[in-house]
Amino acid sequence: MPFSTRASVITKKEQTMATTTDIEMLAQQGILARKPRSLWGDAWRRLRYSITARIGMVIAAIIVLTAILAPIVDPYNPKLDSNLDISRQPPSAQHIFGTDRLGRDIFRRIVHGASLSLSVGVVAVATAGIAGTILGLVSGYFGGATDMVIMRIMDIMMAFPSMLLAIAIVAVRGTGLFNTIIAISVVGIPNYARLVRSMVLSIREREYILASHMVGVRTPVIILRHVLPNSLSPIIVSATMGIGGAILTAAALGFLGLGAQPPAPEWGAMIGDGVPFLRQTPHMVFIPGMAIMLTVLGFNLLGDGLRDALDPQMRE
Amino acid sequence: MSTVLEVRNLETRFETHEGTVYAVNGVSFQLDEGETLGIVGESGCGKSVTMLSLLGLIPTPPGVIAGGQAFFLGRDLLKMAEEEIRMIRGSQISMIFQDPMTSLNPVLTIGDQIREPLEEHLNMVAAQSKQRAIELLNLVGITDGASHLDDYPFQFSGGMRQRVMIAMALACSPTILIADEPTTALDMTIQAQIIELVKDLRKELGMAIIWITHDLGIIAGLAHRVMVMYAGYVVERAMVEDLYEHPSHPYTRGLLGSLPRVDAESDKDLVNIEGMPPDLLTKPVGCPFAPRCQYVLSRCREENPVLDELKNGHELACWWDIDRHKPRYGR
Amino acid sequence: MTNYIIRRILGLIPVLFGVSFLVFFLIRLIPGDPVVVMLGDRASAEDVARVREELGFNKPLHLQYFSFMGQLLQGNLGKSIIHHTQVVDELKYRLPATIEMVTWALMLGVLVGVSVGVVSAVKRNSVFDIVGMIGALLGVSMPIFWLALVLIYALAVNNKILPPSGRINVEMFVDRKTGFLFLDTLLMGDIQATLNVIWHLILPVAVLSTVIMPPLARITRACMLDVLNQDYVRTARAKGLAERVVVIKHALKNALLPVITIIGGQLGGLLGGAILTETIFSWPGMGTWAYQAILGRDYPIVQASVLVSATIFVFVNLAVDILYAVLDPRIRYN
Repeated sequence: MPFSTRASVITKKEQTMATTTDIEMLAQQGILARKPRSLWGDAWRRLRYSITARIGMVIAAIIVLTAILAPIVDPYNPKLDSNLDISRQPPSAQHIFGTDRLGRDIFRRIVHGASLSLSVGVVAVATAGIAGTILGLVSGYFGGATDMVIMRIMDIMMAFPSMLLAIAIVAVRGTGLFNTIIAISVVGIPNYARLVRSMVLSIREREYILASHMVGVRTPVIILRHVLPNSLSPIIVSATMGIGGAILTAAALGFLGLGAQPPAPEWGAMIGDGVPFLRQTPHMVFIPGMAIMLTVLGFNLLGDGLRDALDPQMRE
Repeated sequence: MSTVLEVRNLETRFETHEGTVYAVNGVSFQLDEGETLGIVGESGCGKSVTMLSLLGLIPTPPGVIAGGQAFFLGRDLLKMAEEEIRMIRGSQISMIFQDPMTSLNPVLTIGDQIREPLEEHLNMVAAQSKQRAIELLNLVGITDGASHLDDYPFQFSGGMRQRVMIAMALACSPTILIADEPTTALDMTIQAQIIELVKDLRKELGMAIIWITHDLGIIAGLAHRVMVMYAGYVVERAMVEDLYEHPSHPYTRGLLGSLPRVDAESDKDLVNIEGMPPDLLTKPVGCPFAPRCQYVLSRCREENPVLDELKNGHELACWWDIDRHKPRYGR
Repeated sequence: MTNYIIRRILGLIPVLFGVSFLVFFLIRLIPGDPVVVMLGDRASAEDVARVREELGFNKPLHLQYFSFMGQLLQGNLGKSIIHHTQVVDELKYRLPATIEMVTWALMLGVLVGVSVGVVSAVKRNSVFDIVGMIGALLGVSMPIFWLALVLIYALAVNNKILPPSGRINVEMFVDRKTGFLFLDTLLMGDIQATLNVIWHLILPVAVLSTVIMPPLARITRACMLDVLNQDYVRTARAKGLAERVVVIKHALKNALLPVITIIGGQLGGLLGGAILTETIFSWPGMGTWAYQAILGRDYPIVQASVLVSATIFVFVNLAVDILYAVLDPRIRYN
């Protein structure tokens, strides 16, 4: 099984800490005796200690708050916004980020675009995560033919470049926000399925599962109570990074004109709008891109921090 | 009998985010030519760190050699530049480690790994080093070495891998062989084989050996002298028979008492050492063993006992005279 | 070793079949009549009937699949609905364009990414490390089409240092033997043309390489750190080997194993990035071809693109598997 087997190597390596504290290194080399610690308390401590994680948390928090509050504080109907007199103005005092082709205030559109991007990111990842987790649990726990079939399907899905698959899905279902979410979440499912399956496989053979079986606990209960909590941390890490990836894919689709349709303030589409005017008014291209980069950066930092904080190596 | 290694007051610390780890706190010892010195103590007591410090193998971002000297054949190892000490590692002072499964590089052949020190330090060419590698394998009891040169470590058993490690270490006929718990990860029978092998090699090659272990049972038949360490300090040192007959430090007694003995009275329990291993993040005031010692005095908590010579080369760092049941006033 | 390769190749066959199934069924998964989907709602009934006849949609399903596979194996990928040209002919033109760009980007990305990762790990927490990892984080967070536009603005639009589009100056003639302009110009002996090709390649390749460069740098660093902490590295140092030997021969070789695995996994992202890069640089490759075909519902082209890219993907993964086995003796012997 080419992809799926290598998947567990990737998973393990993704769990390798990019930043190891010195005490952990010394403990690993047998120089120090290790003190027992709790996972979550330890994780929180390490999260707080990492500068990059803190920056990520701040950025993510700002974006999330913006996304949630914007529609409430400043209800926006893009159709009513255009004012051709002030089209394509560079950044100024009245319009901090300038205006776009139709004279709309770019800053306002960026702020409201946050809601769009974030909703795509979160919903797509949540959907992919849940669907993938279920598939992974089923595949890993029941094994045999079920496992083979599911994993083969996952392999085939992963044989397609994700952009291409997303475009294809959008082509089939049509453009728009909802279909973008569907496309991105479908593309993301194999990742979570693989992840959860490898966790299940490694946990399945452990003694307390066998013991639970013998005592007579039923299969679904075992899955829920034992397997799931243990798989939780890599899923959380992957999901956080996945939000960044989903936002990037959504922006790419928007750029190609396949996402939320105008006049919706989708960041990728805004970049696309600015391309014909790249030479004269580059801010129309630059600014939405920076918004995307900042948002994705925030979630990636957070994901990195979470990964380091939840690293299972420390528990062993 | 000349002295090959003289260590004075070695201090090694690790500066970490969570504080300073005081791993080695003023360790001194001497090693004579051809002598075998055993170093005994529990995990984390500083025995490995001491040896790694001598060879400059401590990672120096967190690690700092805070003081001391280590004279090897007249030169201070601790003051040497990296290039200088690299010449000594693997050729004049070699080290073998605990876990042969992880101590050999899995993607390189064992022939390659044995030949490396030969080609690096003795400037041998390929043909020579291959020949010598086969001889070395023979020396450690792996006959038919020629066919094994292209094998990979995962194809060998644990005992064989440790033999390969020994062959690698002895490749350049070092003056000192440092063995850091080489048998701890092995089966009992394999353990015995390896120890026998080392004893034979010692007879044949005459190198000095520093053997680190936490198992006092092994040291008995192997070492000439034994040094007991705790929390980065040397607490007792003596000739091996003397240590076993007159263990004078409460910790040593504890270690010996926890060994099952054939001649023990059957209703006597194994002695357990109470308490937790020391926290190396704080430099102790007083004797580091005080929290766990059953003979503790108030003086023990205030003043760290100095290593003192009792008689006949038997050194001890303790305020309590265990044989006479009264405090020992330091001289 | 040969055993291993044979087993792996055999293992591919089901996957390839699966891909062909999926591609075959893709159009038929869409609710409604596939021919109507292809031609659009406004097509006339005669057109629908004609195309249905042409493409064989009126035959029973299994016969359709057989004729599909039969044509495939003969190298016939059908005719474009919109352009009425043979798909294969256009493919011969488009595929090398994409492969040329992607290959260079892959090489650049791997070279720079792995090197940065190794140096960052060896000089952990140094300025190089911190800057490198920050750069990698930024690289992973930016949309590549945006990066392309920024670079075009900086280097092509106002300053004309690099060309904003195309594979070669329009007026230059190239005898396209292989379709890989770099090779073709060399074969022709026209060095000026070769330089021109390179000049056109620089921006798209640089942009595309940022798809894999940053993740590679981070993963290589993580793997190297992990390996540098291992006992066998300590043993290598204890043998008195030079640090360079320790890092490259002992550490890197082990660290590369998982890195190679990951390169295989990143390939999908590379192809996806290629679509965007081609669009922005007007690069006449598979990406733009497939994308336009998807939007234009030119199904045979879509089918062909998906098939070709999936097949390439599968074979590249095979190559990665084999490379892995070559480097790691443990896999070979099992």
